[in-house]
Amino acid sequence: MDVTDFGWLILAFPLAGMLVTSLGWRVLPGRAPGWIASGAILGAFLASIGALLELRDIPAEARNLASGEVTASAFTYAKTFGIDVNLGILVDPLAVFMCLVVTGVSFLIHVYSVSYMTSDRGFARYFAYLNFFVFSMLLLVLADNFVLLIVGWAFVGAASYLLVSFYYRRATATAAGIKAFVINVIGDVGLVIGSFLLFSETGALDYAGVFERTEAVFVTNDGTLVAACLLILVGAFAKSAQLPLHTWLPDAMEGPTPVSALIHAATMVTAGVYLIARTHPLFEQAPAAADVSAIIGTATLLFAATVALVVTDLKRVIAYSTMSQIGYMILGVSVFAYGAGLFHLMTHAFFKALLFMGAGSVIGAMGGEQSLDRMGGFRKAMPFTFVVFTIGALALAAFPLFSGFFSKDEILAFTINRGGWYVALAAIGYLAAALTAFYSFRMVFRVFFGKPVPEAESLERTPEGTGGEQAHHDPVNPATGEAEDTDVGFPGPSHQFAERERPMKFAMAPLAVLAVIGGAVGIPGVTDTLEHFLEPTFEDSSYINDHPTDGAEWAGLAFGGAISIASIALAAFIFLRRPELRVAIRERFAGVHRFLFNRWYFDELYNAAIVGPVAAAGRFGRTVVESRFVDGFLIGGTTGVVRAGSSFARAIQSGLIRAYALLLVLGVAGIALYFLIVSS
Amino acid sequence: MDVSWFVVLSAFIFCIGAGGVMTRRNPLVVLLCLELMLNAGNLALIAFDRMHGLGDGQVFALFVMVIAACEVVVGLGIIVALYRRRLPIDVDDLSELKG
Repeated sequence: MDVTDFGWLILAFPLAGMLVTSLGWRVLPGRAPGWIASGAILGAFLASIGALLELRDIPAEARNLASGEVTASAFTYAKTFGIDVNLGILVDPLAVFMCLVVTGVSFLIHVYSVSYMTSDRGFARYFAYLNFFVFSMLLLVLADNFVLLIVGWAFVGAASYLLVSFYYRRATATAAGIKAFVINVIGDVGLVIGSFLLFSETGALDYAGVFERTEAVFVTNDGTLVAACLLILVGAFAKSAQLPLHTWLPDAMEGPTPVSALIHAATMVTAGVYLIARTHPLFEQAPAAADVSAIIGTATLLFAATVALVVTDLKRVIAYSTMSQIGYMILGVSVFAYGAGLFHLMTHAFFKALLFMGAGSVIGAMGGEQSLDRMGGFRKAMPFTFVVFTIGALALAAFPLFSGFFSKDEILAFTINRGGWYVALAAIGYLAAALTAFYSFRMVFRVFFGKPVPEAESLERTPEGTGGEQAHHDPVNPATGEAEDTDVGFPGPSHQFAERERPMKFAMAPLAVLAVIGGAVGIPGVTDTLEHFLEPTFEDSSYINDHPTDGAEWAGLAFGGAISIASIALAAFIFLRRPELRVAIRERFAGVHRFLFNRWYFDELYNAAIVGPVAAAGRFGRTVVESRFVDGFLIGGTTGVVRAGSSFARAIQSGLIRAYALLLVLGVAGIALYFLIVSS
Repeated sequence: MDVSWFVVLSAFIFCIGAGGVMTRRNPLVVLLCLELMLNAGNLALIAFDRMHGLGDGQVFALFVMVIAACEVVVGLGIIVALYRRRLPIDVDDLSELKG
């Protein structure tokens, strides 16, 4: 089989899984839809491995876009003068790498979901959405032209809407889904217009054609090219939740926890990073746009890290950490360190999925409660969750030798290597890394250490595997406290957690292992496996050999490790040794705390600057234009004319025979008079 | 004798009839006035017939008489029906067909 045959298989499995689970929801018993969906993703993962093996047989020089060895087309989408779009896929190293990460992590999230969603009505619907999500992401990754990319891009947005508002009777969830969708559509529009600009200048829509002509058509920092790149960045930032299009991501936590894991780890938010890496020939020709991207990535990583320090919702802490880590990736690919950015994408997928799964387990044990303020002391009650969550936090904190340690510092090493003002970006990156380590362990210490909450105590009393009593709350919306029931459209009656559910453990264990050893594919000077693997995709990059020395990288690693350990120690001091300090610090810096807690007032700013005026315009339209002008003047005027005319006609119909006779006589007399006058 | 005498007489009778139809409220009198109008028309027909000497006008006058007889039958029938149902004998009160 060809490498592209595997590419088609990768797409076919999730699509088939989606069709089976969505059409068979009535007949499939119990957990069957979940297992079918998981099997479909496993099939896609195996196909990705097949593609990987097949790709290794192709000589390295032929693994790129230009050779035609790794592209295939199913049929022609549109063929008119000037436009030639195929339903084509591209299975080069970058695409295979993305497919492996997406399908691998998604498979584990599917398995986890089989347990997590057991008691929910709408189980089959959930898995149909999940498979659709993965399919959309794979379509986006495998597309070999901008049109198919946009199709996948929009599908991902639609799938995120469906999944974020999965609990569709929860007002907050539907609002979050709409928010995610609207912001994603802003990105879609940017991407579409950007693609159009490229098409109008180069006359091509497939990657090969556009990239081939980029150098000939555009001079460096050509105005049109920079505009096109910035528009593509709008798309990338909307999907990857970068400033200023980030507000949907924390709200997207309204979806079920595995969905958060899927959005944050495997699909969706990494799409922006992928897009910049994929279109790197454009950005290298327009370094101004790449610099904008690097600055925004850096701003986002700092912003999100500061907010994550104070947010009290466990899932939102992790959500802001995702934004922050995506900021690192964007910074990486924007300083043309593609290998480093994608390396971090991979390790982040492992430990972020793990963190969300751990958080889901804790939330399950808390009966749906998500606030850190109500959690504590779960260490003894949930040993497995404790261990894997801590591993995830260590990887996120870039603790030495964990996966995040190598990938994050590689990005920063490359950034420093660019010299000039990029060093300032790297410095901010190190500052945010310190914050990252701190908030990671704020979560760990507040959830697992301290005095056990009643839920943890009741779990400790019941030995594992014996059902036991689990602290049950009346179902309420954790965000607003509104009462709910457990029927379809709301979370189900029982909550699952890893200590009781084998599939959840099965999903978390491999991720924990990968979060520890995932860095092994990119140890500077020792393995560099990933970078070599991705080289064919980026061989046309003029920065391919612009590489920091191993010494510089190791120095960066040592520095980053020291920061991480120091921050964790500080967190331990504040949250374990001197818990009263936490409150004291918060009181002392109340203003800063309020500013961070309100997420730098971004939502308020958008409400005041955009939502408010638009809503006011809408109200004006409704009360003035609609009711006064349209209803009052146009419709009222028309009906008024008709009514006046008909009331005149009604007045003639008096029913008085003598009046009719009079009219008749007058009419006849009038006609007679007319003829008399004419004839004389 | 000049035909205009007959035509003027006919016009007078017609106007008396038309004025009666328009001003009287008793359906019986309205019917009588209608007859006046019809007969005024007949007089004009006969007068012009004599002037031209063809005979067509006499035929038409006969037709009008037949129609007048039919009309009287229907009209009186309606009036008798009104009496039977004890409705007011006043054309102005019988205005249920107004729009």
